[in-house]
Amino acid sequence: MIDSLQFIHNNLLPALWEGWGKTLRLIFMSVPFGLIVGILVATGRVYGNSPLAFLCRTYVLFFKGTPLLLLLFMIYFGLPPLGISLTPFSTSVLGFILCMGAYSSEYIRGAIQSVKAGQMTAAQALGMTRWQGVFFIVLPQAFRRALPGVGNEIIYLIKYTSLAHIIAYIEVTGAGKIVAARFFRFTETFIVVGIIYLIMVSVANKLLKTLEKRLSFPGM
Amino acid sequence: MSTNTPVLKIQDIHKSFGNLEVVRGVSFEVQKGETKVFIGPSGTGKSTLLKCINQLTAPDRGNVFLNGIEIVHSHGKINLYRQKMGMVFQNFFLFDHLTAVRNVEISLLKVKRMTRKEAREKAMEELNRVGMVDKADSYPAELSGGQSQRLSIARALAMDPEVMLFDEPTSSLDPELTGEVLDVMRRLARGGMTMVVVTHEMGFARWAANEIFFMDEGKILESGPPAEMFTRARFDRTRRFIKKMTELYAEEQDDR
Ligand SMILES: Nc1ncnc2c1ncn2[C@@H]1O[C@H](COP(=O)(O)OP(=O)(O)OP(=O)(O)O)[C@@H](O)[C@H]1O
Ligand SMILES: [Mg+2]
Repeated sequence: MIDSLQFIHNNLLPALWEGWGKTLRLIFMSVPFGLIVGILVATGRVYGNSPLAFLCRTYVLFFKGTPLLLLLFMIYFGLPPLGISLTPFSTSVLGFILCMGAYSSEYIRGAIQSVKAGQMTAAQALGMTRWQGVFFIVLPQAFRRALPGVGNEIIYLIKYTSLAHIIAYIEVTGAGKIVAARFFRFTETFIVVGIIYLIMVSVANKLLKTLEKRLSFPGM
Repeated sequence: MSTNTPVLKIQDIHKSFGNLEVVRGVSFEVQKGETKVFIGPSGTGKSTLLKCINQLTAPDRGNVFLNGIEIVHSHGKINLYRQKMGMVFQNFFLFDHLTAVRNVEISLLKVKRMTRKEAREKAMEELNRVGMVDKADSYPAELSGGQSQRLSIARALAMDPEVMLFDEPTSSLDPELTGEVLDVMRRLARGGMTMVVVTHEMGFARWAANEIFFMDEGKILESGPPAEMFTRARFDRTRRFIKKMTELYAEEQDDR
């Protein structure tokens, strides 16, 4: 027991610290842009002209149908022959953004379609252009309604960032694996790594709930 | 602008949905300060006609002149013209996610590009005009039908329109709430606002209208000043309709 605590304190935590930082970097780079992609793709699907809508639909189909790990492999190993070489970090962030964008766009699209047609009619009657109506009236309502589903995608993404170590971006899971192998301390290591994810997910959950409450409006 | 250029001139508007010709050649004019009232049975194309005026629906044929300028084929600029034509809907269509004051503000900020301070001042002024200042921070879901409709009138008025289009503004309200909305509309009419009103409120029509149009099956069957329409309409259909509506919507007119 004492032994375990000493290992955790002296060897494990210092090693995980850096990895945790990298995990957070992945999360903070992927989530906002993933959301933006999700919003744009959903908007393109509902309000775009038919080529744009088709493009957005194809994008969603492709990235929903591809396992995330395979997607990372395709970007990391498949692009260099085409002259595009990305670092493990860029590869991971790109993969996560594309994946998150595809999934969250589905929730946002559903929410856009649930906004009553009269909202857009009223916006246009006041002299707003169609796109002003979309961005100032429809999307704010849709985003609030999509938030619970989009929030779940954010939570998934937090956990999926662990895949980055497979293409050699040593985030917290990767760092844990290295320490565990070096010291033959698998149990302690993965319990601690698990707790780290639990902490991140709990904090994210709390923030999302607060945001949901802040953004909700009567009668939504 | 010469004095006799009408604010609105509607010329031979036609509109079909599929095989159904809903508006079949409607023409009329509205001079500055006039109130023109449309009455008629359900499904005769009154709402469609109003939407053809501000191009929320594109007419198949015909022209709309706003202060002498043709706007049916203005494509890219239609949102500029719509600012000049306030519209009030039967079901309010308030922006659900915004408080009352922000409902009024949003088009001032995004369309008129006012500063926050200007927009807030103007919005509060408009709320004051319809007696809604104390509800400034309420959301639409927290308002009664009458309050909602007054708010939607304030929202349209905030754009300083040259003409207001009302599509059955009291039809979805409980009878005891129609009065407060009609009061606002009477005050507007008295203040010189140019208005086109679709309504079943015969009391209001009789009091406010310079001219009443009886619409039937997509056409104006007959029209005239209220005194004429209420006492000696030419067509039996018109007389029967007015009689029925007058019985249904017996609205006292105490404040002429
Ligand atoms: N977007 C649309 N697509 C297809 N049909 C439509 C559309 N809008 C209206 N209609 C049809 O056109 C006809 C006229 O409708 P409109 O709403 O203009 O009548 P109205 O005179 O306003 O009736 P009410 O008094 O019930 O409001 C109706 O038969 C309606 O079903
Ligand atoms: Mg109607």
